[in-house]
Amino acid sequence: MPNQTSPPLILQHVCKTFGQRRALESLSVTIRPGEFVAVIGRSGAGKTTFLRCLACFTPVSSGTIRFGGQDLAALAGAALRAHRARVGMIYQQFNLVRRLRVIDNVLVGRLGHLTGLRTWAALLGWFDPCDRDIALRCLDHVGLLDRAWQRTDTLSGGEQQRVAIAKILAQGPSVVLADEPIASLDLVNGELVMETLRGIAREAGLSVVATLHHVDFARRYADRVLGFQAGRLVFDGPPTALDDAGLGAIFGERPAPVAGTVAVAVGELEWAAP
Amino acid sequence: MIGALAALERGPAPQAPARETHTGRNALATLALAILFGWAARVIELRPLELLRDVGNIGIFLRGYLHPSFVHVGEYAWQCMVTVCIALWGSLLALLVAVPLGLLGARNVSPHPLVYLAARRLMDLLRAVNEFVFALMFVTAVGLGPFAGMLALAVHTGGVLGKLFSETVESIDPGQVEGVAAVGATRLQTIAFGVRPQVLPNCLSYIMLRFESDIRSASVIGMVGGGGIGFYLWDTIRSFNDREAAVVILLIVAMVMAVDIVSAGIRRATI
Repeated sequence: MPNQTSPPLILQHVCKTFGQRRALESLSVTIRPGEFVAVIGRSGAGKTTFLRCLACFTPVSSGTIRFGGQDLAALAGAALRAHRARVGMIYQQFNLVRRLRVIDNVLVGRLGHLTGLRTWAALLGWFDPCDRDIALRCLDHVGLLDRAWQRTDTLSGGEQQRVAIAKILAQGPSVVLADEPIASLDLVNGELVMETLRGIAREAGLSVVATLHHVDFARRYADRVLGFQAGRLVFDGPPTALDDAGLGAIFGERPAPVAGTVAVAVGELEWAAP
Repeated sequence: MIGALAALERGPAPQAPARETHTGRNALATLALAILFGWAARVIELRPLELLRDVGNIGIFLRGYLHPSFVHVGEYAWQCMVTVCIALWGSLLALLVAVPLGLLGARNVSPHPLVYLAARRLMDLLRAVNEFVFALMFVTAVGLGPFAGMLALAVHTGGVLGKLFSETVESIDPGQVEGVAAVGATRLQTIAFGVRPQVLPNCLSYIMLRFESDIRSASVIGMVGGGGIGFYLWDTIRSFNDREAAVVILLIVAMVMAVDIVSAGIRRATI
């Protein structure tokens, strides 16, 4: 199990535009080592763009992101791969290779660490015994050792997300970015995944940045909450400071319910629809 | 539910938003297609009445084939075997052409738009040029025989399979690829772990289909000196040796059927 402290992620005046649309506006924030940060906001508020900029999957339009003293905009080739190896990504749709066996998906986490001949051997599926050993330990850690040889798409959603966690465990990143990690899961599996994430974050001193739909989960698991509204950071503080005023700033006024019976009727129709 | 519907039915029915209709465009397209096919019929001298009137001539032509002569059947059977071997190696070498071209010619994997375009055009070229032409070309290098035929098949099929592979690669789920790239994998590792598992079933299926088609191509490529049964087909037909030609045709039909049955079985068992 990797045991290292994350360097801070420092964002200064980060802007990101897609054509005319401004996804992030002058965002300045520092993710401190070991922090569990929940990012909340409505759909399209810029949460996912924020994570993708941190992972270097989307270049920023202006401003800088620094990680361990490096400006992410300058990364390319091997340096970019090295950065990605230090950033563990968790996705809403898991993004595991569905037709591979569970163990192979965990071994994918080792790819960024291979050097020399092993880089090439891996192309044929040959891994060092010590890499296989790490993968098995990671699977064991998330309680899915018995599924190692199963095809990944035979697992349930909750199990697949835990495989994804085992994969980033094997990757040994300095920071974990989780994009809606539990939005596709039921409540129990969601809690299990969040517990596992928090567990590895505390154990290894990793910082975790997770976008979450449920304010409730943000309150329970995060040390710090970032609230986005239309690309702007409108809330930054501990979950205890997240009051109605803060929620209003992030989510806006709740739409007034449509009057009377018709609203109820529409609700029923939605439930009844096949 | 009933109550809910009743509540919705209160008041005036909503005006549905205006919908785009394509009547004029569809009529125009139909007319254009009709003109195209009419013109093409004139070009190919499509005269169905003549076929009906003189269909009996085909019977006269076929009469010569009703009494096959099995004197040389052993030699022909061996040449069928040669043909299968040409197709086997042709398909294998085609993979060496098709896999890199298919990856470079897939928009989502190709390292650069120019590489993508170059790979696409090269595959177009390999597909557009008939295997017969390639066979004539290779005959000048390696002489008459199955080796030239095999090389011709490999190059042409490489272009066809490359095109099919690249389209398969373009249709994969990008999320699974990103999941591999996100750990800092190299481009080749990303292909091996993120792309290959997703495209493997379809690509295997295409390979089998093309192998069946290669058998058919290999069985005529001998006409231009590419070895195999094709030479005997051409030779017997050209010398009006109908009784021998009948045996050659029978053997080719049997070979194609056998290969189709075997490969269908393999496809069922593996994919």
